[in-house]
Amino acid sequence: MLHLVLFTVFGLICVAGAINLLVQTHPINSALSLVVVMGSLAVEYLLLGAEFVAAVQVIVYAGAIMVLFVFVIMLLNAGAEERSKGSIVALMLGVPGMLVGSILTAWVLVKHSGTQPVALGALPGHPKDIAQLLFHDFLLPFEVTSILVLIAIMGAVVLASRPESIEKTKKEN
Amino acid sequence: MPQRSADYCGLQFIAFIKGKVLSLTTFIIVSVIKIAIVLFILLTAVAYTVWLERKVVGHMQNRWGPTRVGPFGLLQPAADGIKFLFKEDLTPPHVYKPLYIAAPIIAVVCALTSIAVIPFGNWVPVPGGGSTPLQITDINIGLLVILGITSIGVYGVALSGWSSNSKYSLLGGLRASAQMVSYEIALGLSLVGVLILSGSFSLREIVAAQSGHFWGFIPNWNIFRGCQFIAFFIYLMAAYAETNRIPFDLPEAETELVAGYHTEYSAMKFAMFFMAEYANMITVACLASLLFLGGWHGPLFGPQILQAILPVFWFVLRVFVFLFIYIWVRGTLPRFRYDQLMAFGWKFLLPLSIANLVVTALVVALRA
Repeated sequence: MLHLVLFTVFGLICVAGAINLLVQTHPINSALSLVVVMGSLAVEYLLLGAEFVAAVQVIVYAGAIMVLFVFVIMLLNAGAEERSKGSIVALMLGVPGMLVGSILTAWVLVKHSGTQPVALGALPGHPKDIAQLLFHDFLLPFEVTSILVLIAIMGAVVLASRPESIEKTKKEN
Repeated sequence: MPQRSADYCGLQFIAFIKGKVLSLTTFIIVSVIKIAIVLFILLTAVAYTVWLERKVVGHMQNRWGPTRVGPFGLLQPAADGIKFLFKEDLTPPHVYKPLYIAAPIIAVVCALTSIAVIPFGNWVPVPGGGSTPLQITDINIGLLVILGITSIGVYGVALSGWSSNSKYSLLGGLRASAQMVSYEIALGLSLVGVLILSGSFSLREIVAAQSGHFWGFIPNWNIFRGCQFIAFFIYLMAAYAETNRIPFDLPEAETELVAGYHTEYSAMKFAMFFMAEYANMITVACLASLLFLGGWHGPLFGPQILQAILPVFWFVLRVFVFLFIYIWVRGTLPRFRYDQLMAFGWKFLLPLSIANLVVTALVVALRA
């Protein structure tokens, strides 16, 4: 009972944060709304018995990635968003489209997918279960993903460094 | 798969011990009492850490420190608190108000919340049956909760810098968030070695794994037994950077940035940042004692009542030593340059903590 109440409350907070993210015109307010979404999602994971995923959600998404978002917004000193003709078109098409899409998805999931509610904690959520999955059952995909992330980091470094400094290091070598 | 209880899912509503369950009412009453006591002790400790710092740094610099209010200036924190409460709370006209007000709240709430999962000692009996840990709540992901809360605390600093709408604040906020995000990685990795050794995220279990001695006299602390002294020093340095203390106090470097991210704050809002900094110092000191130095383990002797109090005493002693070292470092070292700070974090601490992690994992795997 308590679980259901908390689940509903944080689900509503999550949706409210997501709507606020779109409505706010200043990027920093939008970023903070996204933090709220991440945080309430973490609580939902906790209520589903996935305490490790919940903690990682807060540490990685709310704590690290969103801090970098806020950092970049602060650094660029981005101002408030401006309304243009394109934004009206986006509003006219986007809102009905989103409504139709989400209702369709919900209808398909509820009626036709054959999904069933699972008992609390029936899914692997304990750190040991997750470690077993990550470092044993899915070791190869895990390592491949880490190499992918490494390549992305190197690409970001190359893009961020100025061309003349690369030329300079080439000459020095 | 069997269904797990609510307790197993990290939400500990009812405390279990030896089959004896506290009733819900007792549990709530005990929890509220514990929260009140822990918060009172924490806030007092924050106030007297400030006093200790002023005293110790004063003596290091051939001064007396506070002496006027009370014997040895002991009532100085109370005087400061009253002064903060009654000062005019100025809000500069150019600030972005919602975030300007929210930022100190975020900082202080995160700093005070993380103490909730820190254990101070063994279980104690509760009148009316059952027993309770000396800890607000014992959850199986305690360490991750602390890391999560501290990572949210960065927002307090970053947003205060941005919302103040002044260049000193903005630079301080940018520096602080960059520094905290960078050093959080080394800090987190230095803790993984301890986690591998103890096989649990629960702070209580990590401490329990460090009981006893080896070779007759050396205590089984992670720093000795697990050879985690490298991790310990990485943790110590990263923790100094995380709490923005000298030699890593660039976010509030007064020679260049006035006061950094809290330049535009006055009265109680400024005091909230101050409280957050010292509460974070205390949390970091508690965590270091629990993870590396055996928590509350120490020699027990004397009558029953003394044996019950001694663990808490040993724990507080360790925390005190850490706080003293904090102040000692502040009185001794100069400030880093910003590029030195970043190079130290990314090029020295991070590779070292990865190397420590790999070696620890290999040793544990070979032993198993």
